[in-house]
Amino acid sequence: MNRAPYWLAGPGVVAALALVALPLAMTFALSFQPFSSSGGVGPGFTVENYVQVATDDYYLTIFLRTFKLALFVTAVAVLIGVPEAYVLSRLSPGMRALSLVIVLGPLLISVVVRTLGWSILFGNTGIINTILLASGLVSAPIRLMFSFTGMAIALVHVLVPFMVLSVWASLQKLDPATEQAAESLGAGPVTIMTRIVLPQVLPGVLSGGLIVFALAASAFATPAIIGGRRLKVVPTTIYDEFLSNLNWPLGAALSLILLVIVLTVSLGANKYLERRFSQVFQ
Amino acid sequence: MSRTPLALIIFHWLFALFMLAPLAVVVLVSFTDKGYVALPFDGASLRWYRALLDAKDFIDSFKLSLGLGVLAATASVILAVPAAMAIAWHRFPGRDAMLGLLMSPMMVPPIVLGIALLRLFTHLGATGTIWSLAAAHTVIVLPYVLRLVIAAATGYDQTLSQAAISLGASPLTVFRRIELPQLLPGIAGGWIIAFITSFDELTMSLFVSGVGTSTLPVRMYNHIANTIDPLLASISSVLIVLTLLLMVVMDRAFGIDRVLGGKA
Amino acid sequence: MAFLDLQNLGKAYGELVAVADFNLAVAKGEFICLLGPSGCGKTTILQMIAGFVTPTKGRILLDGAEISDVRPSKRGLGIMFQSYALFPHMTVAANVAFGLEMRGIPAQERAARVGEALELVQLGHLAERYPRQLSGGQRQRVALARALVIRPPVLLLDEPMGALDAQLREGMQIELRAIQRKVGITTIMVTHDQAEAMTLADRVVLMNKGTVEQVAAPFEMYEHPNGRFTSTFLGKANVFAGAVSGEDVMVGSMRLPMGQASASGDVDYIVRPEKLNFSISSALVRGRVAVRIFLGQHWLYQIETALGLLQLTEPNIGPPGAAEGDEVGLTWSPEHVRVVGRGAAS
Repeated sequence: MNRAPYWLAGPGVVAALALVALPLAMTFALSFQPFSSSGGVGPGFTVENYVQVATDDYYLTIFLRTFKLALFVTAVAVLIGVPEAYVLSRLSPGMRALSLVIVLGPLLISVVVRTLGWSILFGNTGIINTILLASGLVSAPIRLMFSFTGMAIALVHVLVPFMVLSVWASLQKLDPATEQAAESLGAGPVTIMTRIVLPQVLPGVLSGGLIVFALAASAFATPAIIGGRRLKVVPTTIYDEFLSNLNWPLGAALSLILLVIVLTVSLGANKYLERRFSQVFQ
Repeated sequence: MSRTPLALIIFHWLFALFMLAPLAVVVLVSFTDKGYVALPFDGASLRWYRALLDAKDFIDSFKLSLGLGVLAATASVILAVPAAMAIAWHRFPGRDAMLGLLMSPMMVPPIVLGIALLRLFTHLGATGTIWSLAAAHTVIVLPYVLRLVIAAATGYDQTLSQAAISLGASPLTVFRRIELPQLLPGIAGGWIIAFITSFDELTMSLFVSGVGTSTLPVRMYNHIANTIDPLLASISSVLIVLTLLLMVVMDRAFGIDRVLGGKA
Repeated sequence: MAFLDLQNLGKAYGELVAVADFNLAVAKGEFICLLGPSGCGKTTILQMIAGFVTPTKGRILLDGAEISDVRPSKRGLGIMFQSYALFPHMTVAANVAFGLEMRGIPAQERAARVGEALELVQLGHLAERYPRQLSGGQRQRVALARALVIRPPVLLLDEPMGALDAQLREGMQIELRAIQRKVGITTIMVTHDQAEAMTLADRVVLMNKGTVEQVAAPFEMYEHPNGRFTSTFLGKANVFAGAVSGEDVMVGSMRLPMGQASASGDVDYIVRPEKLNFSISSALVRGRVAVRIFLGQHWLYQIETALGLLQLTEPNIGPPGAAEGDEVGLTWSPEHVRVVGRGAAS
């Protein structure tokens, strides 16, 4: 048996085991340890942390808000990401290169910078409100900063490039001749879009949706800056428990619940996608 | 359809506006002469760029992030290239599991990884050190490099290696003279994505970095928590410009869509 | 003694037998073609000789020494791959020089030998180009030069003409033959193109599903195929199932002549299209021309007869002998008939 691949992959595997598998296992163990505000993390085994999360309304509200946010962001990303990917695929090469830089370039810039921009745009005297007030569309400034809507808008901005990329990859595989064939057979633009293009692009949309959902549910910086103290999501709550309250076991429990949910959704949906679309996926 | 409808074109430019707005605003604000963030402002000034030169904390963090990025990108390339060759060119038991394990940092929410690593490093007594930070960054950017190099290796024509072997080359020579040159574009693209990902990384670094080892994003985040300072705007503008330059370089060297495709 | 001796060579992948018992003794300087449809095992044999596939049984001897356990990088054979496998990041000269580099040959001698090899394939003027700047035919020559420059004892070719268009292919075949004769190198070539095998080979090894059907010189194999498969793979043939009856063969209710009485019982009756002639008076069989095709050098006819569909070819040296729809008579000489026992060879 050829041993070479094991030697080649070995160092990477060791690194991943030591820095991913092991820490996660330790966190799993940590989530079962008791915590008291006086004594800190104690020895022993308890499911108190999980019980607390499952029964306390505070945490349930936060989980609900997090997934509501993720779902909303995903829906908007699909709505605007799919047409954008379609337009991109039809641009001339020069325009396309420029557009790619505009649409995908922000991925290369830290989320702190991008969110900073949104926090400047939001705010009662921010640009958006200034424009809205001046144009007479609203009579009082809209609360965007520290609001669910604000968080959603900023998150869409951060995550929609992933949707565009995923749909675009699907579009690349699409044979433009199929559109022409449909047109020659008498189909109008809407029919072509809904009966020919969309079905072929669906796998890309679904897999992009998965990525956006998982990233939105796990997002930290944007909800922290735009949502602030009032609107907590699961990641910011984890941060609080760990670094403010020092309740590591509870933080660990929250993390593991988040991990399990995100993984289940991603992997589960991936399996479904693979089964359903095996021919289109290649 | 032979012509893209006008409505879609308008939509496209609105989309572009949406993508650029926050970045444009940040750059705009950096030129304010006031001590706080407000738009619009009347006087333009470079005071916040001058202030940058004196912001020792931020400059130190910038240097740290730079060095850390180089270190993490290089280390991840060294780990990922042989692993990619093994996965792309060989069938062996455990291959799929290994691939899953190596790509796992991408599947785990950064916040979960952050606290998990904090737990590990606390146990080892190595919290906040540069080495734990470097190790954490290496493993987190590894999937990006791995994916790009596997793509390059999959596209590689293995009969080239066979030809070299038949002409008498040893396995090491085949790697050095034939395989590596062919994989280089994928490796270089992977290195750049790894560097950028490490440089920009925030959430996990919040937990793993210490007082003396604050990366630039971490320091900026902590600063925002207090107040939105125009200094942050000028720092951000510098970063935006540097990223633009980097994109130009990448496009010249590899073609921009190749590299960006590796980010998602 | 054979220069390259393949003894009882076999390769099985679990249940699947890619190559059954393969034996071949190749003389020095001989040009052998391994011919057969895809999956017949010919490429597997080539790869076993090269060392990239380990045989499940058998031995390979080169000039008396056993090389079955020698690593491919140490066998020193010249290999030309189907895709040419030129190193894209090296110039033509660097590609050709690579094998010499691996042997530690000093730069000056390398340059001289590379020049020689490129002259042999008439590409001396393209030494500093890169593979992507060359045409398909030119790349093929570079691959050949690279394989020959190391002066290997044996040259292995894996479907070298596959990527060339028809016109180019013929020219290359003739050139390849000329080079091989000039250098005198023992050559084994894998191909699925029977015309190519006939053009190039001293001997053809026809294979099917892992076993050898027939080994013979092209003319011999063409004129005396040993069965239905051989006769229809190499060239075209009219083949009928029949039974020997006295000095003739009964095909259905028709009595047909045969030459030497070399078989008995159930047989395959084989006669090639070019051996058939139109005849009105002494027709062995009658029929109607269903299809007539013009192929430049000859006409091809498909004629419906009581025996079935017969193929006839006629050289293009005058007006065609019949038109579509004509009623015709066909005849052939008994010497041109080949009769093979059925079950002897498939």
